[in-house]
Amino acid sequence: MAALTLRRKLAILSDAAKYDASCASSGSEKRNSAGTGGIGSTEGSGICHSYAPDGRCISLLKILLTNFCVYDCIYCVNRSSSNVVRARFSVEEVVKLTLDFYKRNYIEGLFLSSGIIRSPDYTMEELVRVARSLREDHLFAGYIHLKVIPNAAPELLAEAGRWADRLSTNIEMPTDIGLETLAPEKKPSEIRTAMARVRGKLDEAGPDKKAKAKPAKFAPAGQSTQMIIGADAADDGAVLHRAAGLYSGYKLRRVYYSAFSPIPDSSSRLPLKPPPLMREHRLYQADWLIRFYGFDVPEVMSGGEGGLLDLGIDPKLAWALKNRARFPVNVNRADREMLLRVPGLGTRSIDRIIATRRHHSLGLDDVARIAGSIDKVRPFIEAVDWTPGGLTDDQRLRARLTPQPEQLSLF
Amino acid sequence: MHTVRLQALNDFAEWRNIARQLLAAGVPPDQVDWLEPGAAGGLFGDVALVQGDRPVGAVPPAFIELAQQAINHSEPERFGLLYRFLWRLLGDRGLIETASDSDLVRLTRMASAVRRDSHKMKAFVRFKAIVDDSGLERYAAWFEPEHYTLEATAPFFARRFDGMIWAIVTPYRSAYWDGESLAFGPGGYKSDVPQDDAVEADWKTYFGSIFNPARLKVAMMKSEMPMKYWRNLPEAELIAPLIRGAREMEAEMIERVATQPPSRHLRQQVRDAEAVEQTSEISSLRDARAAVLGCQRCPLYEHATQAVFGEGPEQADVMFVGEQPGDQEDLAGKPFVGPAGKVLDAAVQKVGIDRSRVYVTNAVKHFKFEPRGKRRIHQRPDGGEVQACKFWLDLEIGFVKPRVIVALGATAAQSLLGKTDTISKLRGRPMTLDDGTLLFVTNHPSYLLRIPDAEGKAREQAKFEADLALVRDAIAGLRSKH
Repeated sequence: MAALTLRRKLAILSDAAKYDASCASSGSEKRNSAGTGGIGSTEGSGICHSYAPDGRCISLLKILLTNFCVYDCIYCVNRSSSNVVRARFSVEEVVKLTLDFYKRNYIEGLFLSSGIIRSPDYTMEELVRVARSLREDHLFAGYIHLKVIPNAAPELLAEAGRWADRLSTNIEMPTDIGLETLAPEKKPSEIRTAMARVRGKLDEAGPDKKAKAKPAKFAPAGQSTQMIIGADAADDGAVLHRAAGLYSGYKLRRVYYSAFSPIPDSSSRLPLKPPPLMREHRLYQADWLIRFYGFDVPEVMSGGEGGLLDLGIDPKLAWALKNRARFPVNVNRADREMLLRVPGLGTRSIDRIIATRRHHSLGLDDVARIAGSIDKVRPFIEAVDWTPGGLTDDQRLRARLTPQPEQLSLF
Repeated sequence: MHTVRLQALNDFAEWRNIARQLLAAGVPPDQVDWLEPGAAGGLFGDVALVQGDRPVGAVPPAFIELAQQAINHSEPERFGLLYRFLWRLLGDRGLIETASDSDLVRLTRMASAVRRDSHKMKAFVRFKAIVDDSGLERYAAWFEPEHYTLEATAPFFARRFDGMIWAIVTPYRSAYWDGESLAFGPGGYKSDVPQDDAVEADWKTYFGSIFNPARLKVAMMKSEMPMKYWRNLPEAELIAPLIRGAREMEAEMIERVATQPPSRHLRQQVRDAEAVEQTSEISSLRDARAAVLGCQRCPLYEHATQAVFGEGPEQADVMFVGEQPGDQEDLAGKPFVGPAGKVLDAAVQKVGIDRSRVYVTNAVKHFKFEPRGKRRIHQRPDGGEVQACKFWLDLEIGFVKPRVIVALGATAAQSLLGKTDTISKLRGRPMTLDDGTLLFVTNHPSYLLRIPDAEGKAREQAKFEADLALVRDAIAGLRSKH
């Protein structure tokens, strides 16, 4: 077999990685190369260096070390029964590509995953070697995200966290039944045990310990996971319930929801429909409400019907429309918790409202200037010069606030 | 009318000095005409600044921060707007927090436009490498910011690319890093930097391959990567063809349905099948420990991390049975490692039971909880769950054959007796099970942790220790009989 060129491998192994939704390079420690003679920095917030026509941010060089895999997960293009073209990078090739791209300011760093070859330990050790070489041989201070191979030895996990900013273990499916059906070799409890180990290491490295010596650092950007939406029958309630359990159990920074995407050489057991992108979007909005707006899963789900979120309107508006008795909210008097429930107001607008009302009472125009747009807010608030009257309970309110479908072109 | 002609486009210190002088002379904002360098001259010609000695008050730090950002905006009115806001701010210090004020809204928008432009510079600068005959690598980039953001953004590149020699050239200014210090020079042209780079083709390969044609979202891409930046992004030339070909690529992905699996896969399947055949019945504690990890006898397995089996010597004198693993036990995969386990260990040691001959386990092997924010709140397992898990507890009792079993709490008692009763009714005397094993019942140690007052806690602690003392005596009694 003719050897593949580096560029051909890059094409194969980035194509193979494009189904993983996570791309973030944010939330790590502040770090730079000033005075080290190396290259790289992380300053807390990540940078998207480009955007693909699928609207997704390109922040990291996201590749697989290899797309050979001994597992046969039905949803995965790299499963062992698939006939995709296979390739494998050497550790040195990944290191060189990362540095070459980084020095031209194409990327924030590396997101390295891999098919499982030989054994979980062997595969994890290869991933760790790449990260170690970047940090130790090349003084690389950019962002590194490594995929955890479930069942790899705890010592390898510990070393991975020493070099990487973030570790992730994909839960893959919202329910264990879904995973067992579609990924027969993957054991849900092994995936969760890997997350629990990472959490344990994160706790040990945490700042609030009373230990005298500073604990060794471990994955300062924490851990994340991904689940695929729409490949099995799990509803949004199951998805969010699973996410809530993962956030609370393993202190995840992020759960990524990845709409199932058709893959080449796909199994007949999978849907061939295009991905439910709006469903994915609503799940992210719901996830946001749960993490930053004080909603719980049953509340968010109460805005939808039959275990699914409303695809037509955002989940906060959906909840508000079904809980109109709690509105209108007085923007000059309401506490933060209740302001957070007003559709159209985000956390920053609310901070500004609270700061401003210390100096003078807010009218509707004031709220409009702070919030940027007022249409969605108006029916749910009272201000010095405004009460919504019957608007809050108007039966046509949903229709008024729902974006009108654009007229379709005939050609 | 006073006309101020500035020397620099975006020098905050210069603007502040002039603003101070104007304030000292008491010149109101509508009497000042601010001109950018090179701008066509003011209505009344350039007028020398007046002198004055009125006190100039201090301003909140938030204003300085805002002004330092806004002054980089390309809008010519920024200087006058800043002066007007400053003038008003000195009369009303609350103005800086009045987020609904029109002037503040404008300045805040300017500052965020500048921050965004600076952020886009960090993202969209594309260095091209020049390698000279000695092998020395140098990097240069051409960038067209929308605002005057080079000076504020260059230090970011210096921190990031310490070990590189680089230049960023913009139409109004350029920045240089030689590996040690940052310098600025005049603006330049796109032709000042190289047009080609050896790695660019790899980058385009990556850009084209990481795109998923089944998820086309062009508007989203354009809002985050406005087209005004595209002309200097090498990958941008791929966007149009990728969009054009997306539908075809997607259709091709869908049409390429499963074909015959490669032979490598079939060999793997044979190996896996052989491995499965080796698992057999449960004939030892070790088998049970391995088998419980796959337990799906009740729905609790779905959200717990892992099944937590008992621990201790295989021939223990006494088996302690708790309710279920808690948060820490669930993460660690070991029973009684959390706070309740510490209470138990301390009490066992205090009354003089040999800890090395104790087996600890739980009536239910999976953690039952309700997620609440960043915590998992313990929930009591129901009768069905306890009943389903009795299978495993019976295996443990069967293999360990303890002489004495201690049920810690109502759930454990329910599991072992098959009925619910209060602890107070059951504690204080042993019961003899069908196989002759002595069963003691006492509180779960976590009960002691939840008692708020010290007095009540001490009383319950004493009762708990008294129960354990009975256990100790029973073990000693049984041993002396044999």
